[in-house]
Amino acid sequence: MKIFRDNEEKTGYVLIAPAVLLIVLLIGYPLGYSVFLSFTNSIVGKIGTFAGFANFANLLKSPVFLRVLINSVIFTIGSIIPKVVIGTSIALLIKSSLGRWSRFLKGAIMLPWVVPTSLSALAWWWMFNPLFSVLNWVIKKIFLSSKGIPWLSDTVWAMFSVILVDVWRGVPFFAISILAGLVSIDEEIYEAADTDGANGMQKFFRITLPLLKPVMAVVLLFSTVMTISEFNIIYLITGGGPRYSTHLLATFAFQEGLSTGNLSRGVAISLFVFPILFIASYFQIRIVRKDVRK
Amino acid sequence: MKKRSNYIRNYIRLILIVIVLVWTLFPFYCMLVTSLKMNKELYDLSANPFLIKNFTLDHFKYLFQDTSFSIWYRNSLVVSFCSSLISVIISFLAGYSLSRLRFRGSSLWGLIIFVAYLVPPTILFIPLAQIVSFLKVSNSLFALILTYPTFIVPFCTWMMMSYFSTIPFELEESALIDGASRIQILIKIILPLSLPAVITVTLFSFTLSWGELIYALIFISSSIIKTLPVGIRSELIRGDVFYWGPLMAAALLASVPVILVYSFLTKYYISGLTKGSVKG
Repeated sequence: MKIFRDNEEKTGYVLIAPAVLLIVLLIGYPLGYSVFLSFTNSIVGKIGTFAGFANFANLLKSPVFLRVLINSVIFTIGSIIPKVVIGTSIALLIKSSLGRWSRFLKGAIMLPWVVPTSLSALAWWWMFNPLFSVLNWVIKKIFLSSKGIPWLSDTVWAMFSVILVDVWRGVPFFAISILAGLVSIDEEIYEAADTDGANGMQKFFRITLPLLKPVMAVVLLFSTVMTISEFNIIYLITGGGPRYSTHLLATFAFQEGLSTGNLSRGVAISLFVFPILFIASYFQIRIVRKDVRK
Repeated sequence: MKKRSNYIRNYIRLILIVIVLVWTLFPFYCMLVTSLKMNKELYDLSANPFLIKNFTLDHFKYLFQDTSFSIWYRNSLVVSFCSSLISVIISFLAGYSLSRLRFRGSSLWGLIIFVAYLVPPTILFIPLAQIVSFLKVSNSLFALILTYPTFIVPFCTWMMMSYFSTIPFELEESALIDGASRIQILIKIILPLSLPAVITVTLFSFTLSWGELIYALIFISSSIIKTLPVGIRSELIRGDVFYWGPLMAAALLASVPVILVYSFLTKYYISGLTKGSVKG
């Protein structure tokens, strides 16, 4: 029996070895290297000397970087809340319209999630075009106004526009995951509530929402990670502008670290994703736990 | 009374569904219409942007005759195929090992893989660029094939693990008693049983690699080595001159394989998505 166990242990190591190698060499090592670089004054092509916390301190003193931090928070919160609300609504809608249509509906609704943003954002970019915007054409026709919305040229509207695209792209993931959560709720609970005389609103807030908490927690965590580190939508549609109003950590790190060539500054910027991520996941987990205990 | 309120409810539901579909499909419709219109009409402010009066395939012709579009297409196929194949093999083996075999550190590695999944690729690009240039593979498709698994493997391993845990142990045990080796068990028993999960994971790997932008943007500089997303973005826009027709045609053609594969395998895609998050 001992031989058998030893064998199992060995096989286990052999089978996991490629994955471990990949994670250590191409995720772990780069992360460690990032942290190392952030404490030096390196530029592209030349590893610098130890610089302590200078990079982080300089960043926190820079108004542009503070703007980027605030942008990241606005972008993340501003797109996650609509994603939850619209995603849940669509999930309820699909669940209630059972039958032949629901399969087609599910398939069609998933498209923004399936088609990569590196391609679909190009269509949005065209739709936001200052001169030929389809959206403005519609707005002008409906409201009979001569002026459209300055989608990408105004700082506030530009942020709204990229959030709109991110919501469009992210809603399917929420809808389908929440739908799976909805379907797994036992119908008998609703029947029991019906006999107790509960109305639709009560059923939704007292039964559906609490039972969706675990699903919601995981979906929110993944979505926060993806939203806070968004690159494609910003890079393709606004390029961070106008006047840094839509730059997020990833695009700003890209600009400073590679376009400008200040490697250390670039990695220091990208490392700021972590504290924000920790805070976000901490609060999400706490909120979910508290409600489950109740 | 009941019947009438049901009727109204169905009506409202239908309207809501139409709104959702318009919201979802509108950008794709814009892509299609723009790619089939003549420039004269495209840049005519008085024309209705939703309709096509002068239908043309010129934009598509331009893509294939005057740009390296077909080469980018081939590059994207090569990169996505290779990185998916590598990632799926690695994830299959690691997932099996973590969910089935008892060895020291297995639970720790399970956790590490989950954490690795949460590390967003956009914060690794600077150090990875250093590694890629150190390995002297920059400006080659190999740089992408090597780095794409970093964002595919953690996710896929996690999904394979959750699938393996639903396959009963007894089948393997009886095969072990019959004297089969682990390799035989993996290929002859586990692989056929986990085929749905393998298909799902392949689908995800392919889609993720197909649309990847940032690594391809940084590691590749020559036009003929670019993948679709980078090629379209950097070569169809020259300075301030936009080629909106060809740009939309290219985005459309690049979306086609993803949409096709997805429409045939919707079931697998959705099951993977919900397994990853619901049972995760």
